[in-house]
Amino acid sequence: MNFSKKLIAILALVPGLVFASEGGVPLDRAPERTDLASLQNGAKLFVNYCLNCHSASAMRYNRLRDLGLNEDQIRNNLLFTADKVGAMMTIAMRPEDAKAWFGAVPPDLSVIARAKSSPAGSGADYLYTYLRSFYKDDTRPTGWNNMVMPNVQCRT
Amino acid sequence: MAAFKETKLPASAPASQKALTWIDDRFPLSKLWYDQWGRYYAPKNFNIWYIFGSLAMLVLVLQIVTGIFLTMHYKPDANLAFGSVEYIMREVPWGWLVRYMHSTGASAFFIIVYLHMTRALMYGSYRKPRELIWLFGFAIFLCLMAEAFFGYLLPWGQMSYWGAQVIVNLFGAIPMIGPDLSLWIRGDYVVSDATLNRFFAFHVIALPLVLLGLVAAHLIALHEVGSSNPDGIEVKENLGPDGHPVDSIPSHPYYTVHDLFGASVFLLIFSAVVFFAPEMGGYFLEYNNFLPADSMKTPPHIAPTWYFTPFYSVLRATTADFMYVLMGAAAAYIVFIWLKSRLAFKTKALIALVGLVAIIGMLPQVLDAKFWGVVLFGSSVIILAALPWLDHSPVKSIRYRPDWHKYVYLVFGLAFLTLGYLGTQLPTPAFTMLSQVCTLLYFSFFLLMPWWSATGTFKPVPKRVTYHPH
Repeated sequence: MNFSKKLIAILALVPGLVFASEGGVPLDRAPERTDLASLQNGAKLFVNYCLNCHSASAMRYNRLRDLGLNEDQIRNNLLFTADKVGAMMTIAMRPEDAKAWFGAVPPDLSVIARAKSSPAGSGADYLYTYLRSFYKDDTRPTGWNNMVMPNVQCRT
Repeated sequence: MAAFKETKLPASAPASQKALTWIDDRFPLSKLWYDQWGRYYAPKNFNIWYIFGSLAMLVLVLQIVTGIFLTMHYKPDANLAFGSVEYIMREVPWGWLVRYMHSTGASAFFIIVYLHMTRALMYGSYRKPRELIWLFGFAIFLCLMAEAFFGYLLPWGQMSYWGAQVIVNLFGAIPMIGPDLSLWIRGDYVVSDATLNRFFAFHVIALPLVLLGLVAAHLIALHEVGSSNPDGIEVKENLGPDGHPVDSIPSHPYYTVHDLFGASVFLLIFSAVVFFAPEMGGYFLEYNNFLPADSMKTPPHIAPTWYFTPFYSVLRATTADFMYVLMGAAAAYIVFIWLKSRLAFKTKALIALVGLVAIIGMLPQVLDAKFWGVVLFGSSVIILAALPWLDHSPVKSIRYRPDWHKYVYLVFGLAFLTLGYLGTQLPTPAFTMLSQVCTLLYFSFFLLMPWWSATGTFKPVPKRVTYHPH
């Protein structure tokens, strides 16, 4: 067997070596984190939609300066419930209430990317695939489901 | 005791000399320095394998210093612990560096200690008259494992929690007292705040105290009998006219410089990990441990940190089916001892009796496989302590052993590494089989050592050490 044939034979094995996530789905690769506008859009979505149920209690609002925002921009656009731009990203919902309303306490998301790293991909890859993997499922009481984390409660 | 006598120095002596003399009259400062290092004569043919003792010392100091600063900010409380670690990472100035140095240091400590033990194994450093050095070292290893285990609970992540749960539950497998014993260790029916508080106490004060005492004993014993060397020659048997071994050299400055160079290379690698790969692909910091401990959610895959996995594999290899293999192996070993050993009749009878009781105990109707798993798990660590009495080789160093001994060591090393790898993986039938084979190889290496280590054609050991000046 010559070299190119060997190479083809090896490459043919590669799909079998792709690691799958806990849901059994191979993870897509998250785009490089260099697009500031896209990152700022992500912060907007997170603060508007996620930060009601999920806290990020180890994170301060003013750390969003890392995404190219200044303190005034953060204060005027992203600060809904806290008074100070140096405040932690906490939520008002009490864990007991969350337990009664949803059956589970929505996890704090401060270190979720690190927690979701695995041989299948980085934490960013996981989140990127997870957020794009919801589908309608009438068998679930919620009416939706997720490919990466089956039977998840979160509606993102 | 002689009467106290103040050493008289001329008035013109430098102030530093006067101060040192004043101290030396009252405390053996210079004597300690000369005995323990300055004029401690060490064989001059040390190779790279002899760097790990001083590196272990360096990492011990790093761990203690970083640990002190972590303790200032960490909260040993089940509700606050996880958050306080993240607080150290984000809010405490340089906290992330201190924390990563401490977490990387734990793994570095084990890498260094395993290499240090490999050195002892290759060059027979544990042989007479260095048995006590080995035993002190073994106790340090035990202490280090306990220290790492207690410390791993403190971040209060999922792996911290469930790892502690699994290990403490192992004590529950001991007949009669087991369940009460694990309850006593935990201080609660599950791992909880009470467990976290006591593990914190053990991690920050109890074990470090014991560890420091043992390290002191290890070094005092070493400097009493003198270091071994890669040739396994007793350099003290060949003294020069000055009364010192001709093949030795004072540790300072020769080995001071060697050790400083070794430390700088180590710190290069250590810093690279601390700054660029503190998680080390999930081996130094496990990904699952970034989820806070949850007593209601058992993770699908609970793996201990990598440095425990060889022994953990032995535990997992001990399945109910494997018990029959073990019974056969125990029976074969008894027969082997009767036929081959030169032990006294009484000793042989005692070994046979213990073996037979064990074989009966291994019947599924008597004690279950879980108990024997814990026994094997414990034995796989404890058996290291017996090395000085298991090794009957007429030469100390691997250099002068029969060539096939090297393959025995190689197979043992591969079995140990394979066990380590398998301990990080989810068990499958094939992996369990492989870990059982490696478990048998691991124990055979030690239990058959009295015979294989004395067998073969040994090479002549030179009178002087092999030394190439550079």
